[in-house]
Amino acid sequence: MSAWTTLNRVVFKRTSTFFLAAAAGTFFFERTFDVASVALFESINKGKLWKDIKHKYE
Amino acid sequence: MTKSCQWNQLSLRRFSIMASAVGRICGARLLKNYGLVAPQVCQLSTGAQGWTKNRKLWLSTVGVVGSGVGALLFALEQSVQASGSEAHAPHQPWSHDGWFKSLDHASVRRGYEVYKQVCRACHSLQYIAFRNLVNVTHTEEEAKAEAAEAMIKDGPDEEGNYFERPGKLSDYLPSPYPNENAARAANNGAYPPDLSLICSGRKGGEDYIFALLTGYMDAPAGVVLREGQNYNPYFPGGAISMAQVLFDEAAEYSDGTPATASQLAKDVATFLRWCSEPELDDRRLMTIKAIGMFSMLAAVAYYFKRHKWSTLKSRKLAYKPVSKK
Repeated sequence: MSAWTTLNRVVFKRTSTFFLAAAAGTFFFERTFDVASVALFESINKGKLWKDIKHKYE
Repeated sequence: MTKSCQWNQLSLRRFSIMASAVGRICGARLLKNYGLVAPQVCQLSTGAQGWTKNRKLWLSTVGVVGSGVGALLFALEQSVQASGSEAHAPHQPWSHDGWFKSLDHASVRRGYEVYKQVCRACHSLQYIAFRNLVNVTHTEEEAKAEAAEAMIKDGPDEEGNYFERPGKLSDYLPSPYPNENAARAANNGAYPPDLSLICSGRKGGEDYIFALLTGYMDAPAGVVLREGQNYNPYFPGGAISMAQVLFDEAAEYSDGTPATASQLAKDVATFLRWCSEPELDDRRLMTIKAIGMFSMLAAVAYYFKRHKWSTLKSRKLAYKPVSKK
């Protein structure tokens, strides 16, 4: 039995577990996506952001 | 479209809501057994009749008018606008130019220093509060110190008197004049505009501000200036009541950057862009997120389309002639 079939049987078959999986997936996806986007933004703008210069003033 | 077909569409839509959840689990197997092909063909194929005459007329009118308006707007935006006498500000390579580029916060901070030392003598910045500076150009302590330097009019107190007190973080930057009339009276009748939204409020934005601040020159022959006016080719009409204020060393930078006139102009223009659009950095970040999210959704939509069309694309129509025998 492949992992995918097991997943289908255990998680996706029942509505309750399916939506629970969707909610949990959303949470982890959002966190990962957010962190990755911010990291990309900060690497593009390295040296220009407040967090890059604030050590001079604290 | 026939009635049964409409009914089929309706039921298909209802079904597809359920199916979108179930479909993820069952995949293509779903399509095999449920006889979905017929309503799908009905939904996706165009009728043999095509569009009616009225519909064609209506749609072509919408198309012609819509594209005409679009072309007009584009042409107006692209026009050289040579009818005025003012020079158009050349585009400068701003570090916040671009889809993903944030403001240069060191520059914004220096721009605030320029505003404070030079511009504030005449121009208000009434929509910026000291708290807005926190974690943008200043630490909280510094912003509090900046606020405390300013005297804010407050009141009335218990006896009904207005009084002055040192500023707090929640205070807005104090204006140099109590009202517009006082500002006009002090400036030969010309009103120094509030700078809070000036960068968005002038065509050319920070390019215009930079060009204006560095573009002062002697009036060419034939241009008559009144008392107290100066010539600036970037100002509509050419005669501007504001004198040139940015010279080398006109302000002092706390971070040791050489305060040349163009450096001052660049920093104050960046600062004013931040004043006009404090959300600029957030918007740039949002652009990155939107592109990431929508490209994933586009991939899903593409797969879903292929998935739904697969039956139609791979069908075979067989005609069985019925023998008369």
